Amino acid sequence: MLRPIPETSIFDLRLSQRGRRLNKLCAALCSPKEREAFKRDEEAFMSRFHLTETEKELIRRRDFQGLIDAGTNIYFLLKIGSVTGNGLYKMGAQMRGESYEQFLASRNIKDAV
Amino acid sequence: MPSKVVAGLGLSHVPSVGVAFDRGKMHTPAWKPLWDAYVPVREWLSRLKPDVAIVVYNDHGADFNFDKYPTFAIGAAERYAIADEGFGTRPLPEVRGNADLSIHLCESLSADEFDLTVCQELAVEHGFLVPMNLCFEHTENAWPLAAVPLAVNVIQHPLPSGRRCYRLGQAIRRAVESYPGNLKVVVMGTGGMSHQLQGRRFGHMNERFDQMFLDRLEKDPERLAEMSHQELMEEAGAEAVELIMWHVMRGALSPRARRVHRHYYAPMTTGMGLITFED
Repeated sequence: MLRPIPETSIFDLRLSQRGRRLNKLCAALCSPKEREAFKRDEEAFMSRFHLTETEKELIRRRDFQGLIDAGTNIYFLLKIGSVTGNGLYKMGAQMRGESYEQFLASRNIKDAV
Repeated sequence: MPSKVVAGLGLSHVPSVGVAFDRGKMHTPAWKPLWDAYVPVREWLSRLKPDVAIVVYNDHGADFNFDKYPTFAIGAAERYAIADEGFGTRPLPEVRGNADLSIHLCESLSADEFDLTVCQELAVEHGFLVPMNLCFEHTENAWPLAAVPLAVNVIQHPLPSGRRCYRLGQAIRRAVESYPGNLKVVVMGTGGMSHQLQGRRFGHMNERFDQMFLDRLEKDPERLAEMSHQELMEEAGAEAVELIMWHVMRGALSPRARRVHRHYYAPMTTGMGLITFED
């Protein structure tokens, strides 16, 4: 059995079950047509996947750590990031509680993006 | 003539490498150290002339999702499409498979008590393609060798143990050596090294751990495969658990395999490791 690790989310079956709706929405974003649909009408898109109000609010606020805690797998979350113009490093900076610039300054070679 | 495992490679599969590759940025100062490390690897591989690469990788929600999620899945097709993993389809030629070898692998691995999900359609993504880009040059239409994708669950716990992965590698070797096609096979274990992509520990890397992993993968691989997921994730970050896929590659090599290349580069959020063995 796994023990909790500080400042870390471990994506297990319980979390995956919680995130079913969110991860299904993310999986759909692997199609260009669905990405267009998301950009055209985010609210309708979220309703199609039966997101709860709490889940919708996390997407509206672009609350990436909140989405992880709600059961979105990080690799699935990247698809929401991409369609909303938030790359991995922007999401990461937010999860660390830093500005993008602060985060970049903490890296070894910040041009390798 | 039986087929042979001629080489094994452990290497990271960071998606930003694919983006940099597609935008022609591999010669910029930020990427050149990585690209240069692969120049001798590509030369070595072109001398070895492998017929098939068995690529042990994980899908990142491109062609598998949590409705059904296999622990081990193997491609058994003559061709593999390039997947859209949410950022568009990369301009790469589809990958030629070797369905006959795949079927033999399935039969031999099943007899060896490894029960794999068999995929007659499978689209591949960065976990598979970034290592291919780094190791082989493709033309507009084709890659220089066939490939068999072997996907491992490293993202939804419970995951297979490191030891199970190592033993899968040993079973792959037995399967290859009982295939009569006289093929030269390379096994690629991909993913890792240290990285974490969520939580306040986002961006965590641990070079000391990564170098230790490379040392022990070379000199003490069977004991290294005993490392728990707990220890691996605590030391190297939750997403570093992808490293268990390197045990599959190492298990497929004989005791006389010798290490040829080794490199490490950690520019942004992932320790990018490379190690190769000739068998």
